[in-house]
Amino acid sequence: MTLETGTTSKTAPREGPRNSTATAGTPLLSVRDLSVHFPIKRGFIVQREVARVRAVDGISFDIHPGETLGLVGESGSGKTTAAKAIIQLRKADSGSIMFEGQELIGLSNSELRPIRRKMGMVFQDPYGSLNPRMRAGDIVGEPLKVHGLAESGDDYRSQVSGLLTTVGLSPGMAERYPNEFSGGQRQRLGVARAIAAKPSLLVLDEAVSALDVSIQAQILNLLQDLQDQYNLAYLFIAHDLSVVRHISDRVTVMYLGRIVETADSKDLYDNPLHPYTQALLSAIPTPNPIHERSRDRIILKGDLPSPMDPPTGCHFHTRCPIAAEVCSLTDPELRRLAPNQAAACLLATGYDAAPSSRS
Amino acid sequence: MTAGSTTKSTPLLQVRNLRTSFNTPDGKITAVSDVTFDIHHGETLGLVGESGCGKSVTALSIVQLVPNPPGVIEHGEVLFEGTDLLKLSNREMQAVRGAGIGMIFQEPMSSLNPVLSIGRQITEPLEVHLELNKAAALDRAAELLNMVGIADSKHRLDDYPYQLSGGQRQRVMIAIALSCEPKLLIADEATTALDVTIQAQILELMKNLTAQLGTALLIITHNLGIIARYADRLNVMYAGKIRESGTAEQVYLNPAHPYTIGLLNSVPRLDRPLTRRLDPIPGEIPDPSDLPTGCAFRPRCRWATAQCETSEPPLEEFGDRNRGPAAQQTGIPPRVACFEADTVAASAETART
Repeated sequence: MTLETGTTSKTAPREGPRNSTATAGTPLLSVRDLSVHFPIKRGFIVQREVARVRAVDGISFDIHPGETLGLVGESGSGKTTAAKAIIQLRKADSGSIMFEGQELIGLSNSELRPIRRKMGMVFQDPYGSLNPRMRAGDIVGEPLKVHGLAESGDDYRSQVSGLLTTVGLSPGMAERYPNEFSGGQRQRLGVARAIAAKPSLLVLDEAVSALDVSIQAQILNLLQDLQDQYNLAYLFIAHDLSVVRHISDRVTVMYLGRIVETADSKDLYDNPLHPYTQALLSAIPTPNPIHERSRDRIILKGDLPSPMDPPTGCHFHTRCPIAAEVCSLTDPELRRLAPNQAAACLLATGYDAAPSSRS
Repeated sequence: MTAGSTTKSTPLLQVRNLRTSFNTPDGKITAVSDVTFDIHHGETLGLVGESGCGKSVTALSIVQLVPNPPGVIEHGEVLFEGTDLLKLSNREMQAVRGAGIGMIFQEPMSSLNPVLSIGRQITEPLEVHLELNKAAALDRAAELLNMVGIADSKHRLDDYPYQLSGGQRQRVMIAIALSCEPKLLIADEATTALDVTIQAQILELMKNLTAQLGTALLIITHNLGIIARYADRLNVMYAGKIRESGTAEQVYLNPAHPYTIGLLNSVPRLDRPLTRRLDPIPGEIPDPSDLPTGCAFRPRCRWATAQCETSEPPLEEFGDRNRGPAAQQTGIPPRVACFEADTVAASAETART
């Protein structure tokens, strides 16, 4: 069984990631001041709210057609919660989510239905996210049925075959059950299902994190091929910064519910401005012994604070190697510090003079 | 930290022709086959490979924790300071675990007992192996917690595992594993479940403590970067066997096995300019109950020949390449299990230049 992913691409591979000029024009998705809070309730019979976890605390970003935005953060950073709010799997508390020119917040379920078709999602766990009692063909074809996209039984079957081929599986595998597939093949099924209804945006939540590296590379190549072929936009959520750099045009870094830095991929990796981004990049060992032994790592002190009780001022100040007194008192805002780069750090060079990134 | 002078003496641990199998309803599955390697005093050895390659079963076999049934160590020797651990009774083996060999696993929550305070869990090995009395053990436990970077350690002894974060739990595991000053510490995916910044903390802590105490370290992971940073030497495993071994410089900079090259090309690299496409290994990891004949990597290998299908390449010394200063220091030659190693190494070299 050979599963070379390269065969699915009709277009020639691009040279390097696209540059930031691709971000001009109307965004496909525009998120503004999005907040998602979880109430913490106490009480046995009458439950009352005693506190709130600000899982996502006023984040804003855009994704343009055909573009990949990497969303990076550690546990509790709110990246998955933000993604769920965007694809309407969780209610947002405030803010705005504009998708293809339409405000999603406040829409009813029936109004959302045609929009859901345009947004696909691939999850981390290819074992847990596929129904073990459904055949592969039905798993992949279900969105076609739900949204009424197949004209006849023959059309349905041929679309399913086409989808399986597109993700590097053979159409004959449609009759099999998920347990007959390997981890990498299951993730291919997950991708086929996510693109079945021809979405314009795919949310990929740690979609390659659980895979072995040799398989992970196959899936990353597949995702890039599909993006070229269908002009898909990706919201690529991951904790692995080397994978994020590889696939993303722009990258947003979250810490405890807030965005601390957002930039073109190249700028973020070449010249990270926020101390948290710098620490994250420094924490990743690269497969190069000479490089590794010659560099010092920034080792952050302490644990991630609980999102239930985040530090005052800059959320990062308790672990920040350069924090000053002001950092515990003042909330930094995300400010544009370079043409394609914004960071929320009071001590970043040029912060005081810089405009807010929202303007 | 290459243990230059000590390597000439007897290795701390010698694994010889280890073969471990599991009896399943579908027949016997050999998880580890013909694995031979040494760990010297004070050195850090990496064991790297993807799921099912046998790296964890190798570690469990060393400390005799392979669940039996269904697991059986079919043959081989595990010589720890000259004693074959495979010949020891359960009781004798218990003395080795903890006092001679410490272990840390991936899931600190399931490795710690949820209903015992962490103080109790750290003092237990001290009382059993070092025969300290309760008060002395508690003092030592507080010292150990301090050593692994848990502040206010005297009060934290009364905490239960659920009160600690993932990183702190792994610190407690390290304190327990090092409590009796073992000569070897085995860390099996010990930082895999942790966040990146916490992972860096724990790895640096492990490296510093083992260097301080002169403990040898066996790091088992799928993460090529961790091995590159922390291991003096490494073994690359695939489908139950070691396919390539050498110093980190040899294996990463001059790989000679097609699988090693495939692994290195599969990962996006922060230390290199961005490439648009990765060069993955084609195909899937083989089912261990149905391994290909000859070399198990053959179906995914672009250099495979007819010979690879009929016979199994042995792990042999591979001297025909730049050994680098580290290799001369250890005096341990790199080894590769590939008939085409010369061609493979040469073409990998031209690809880089």
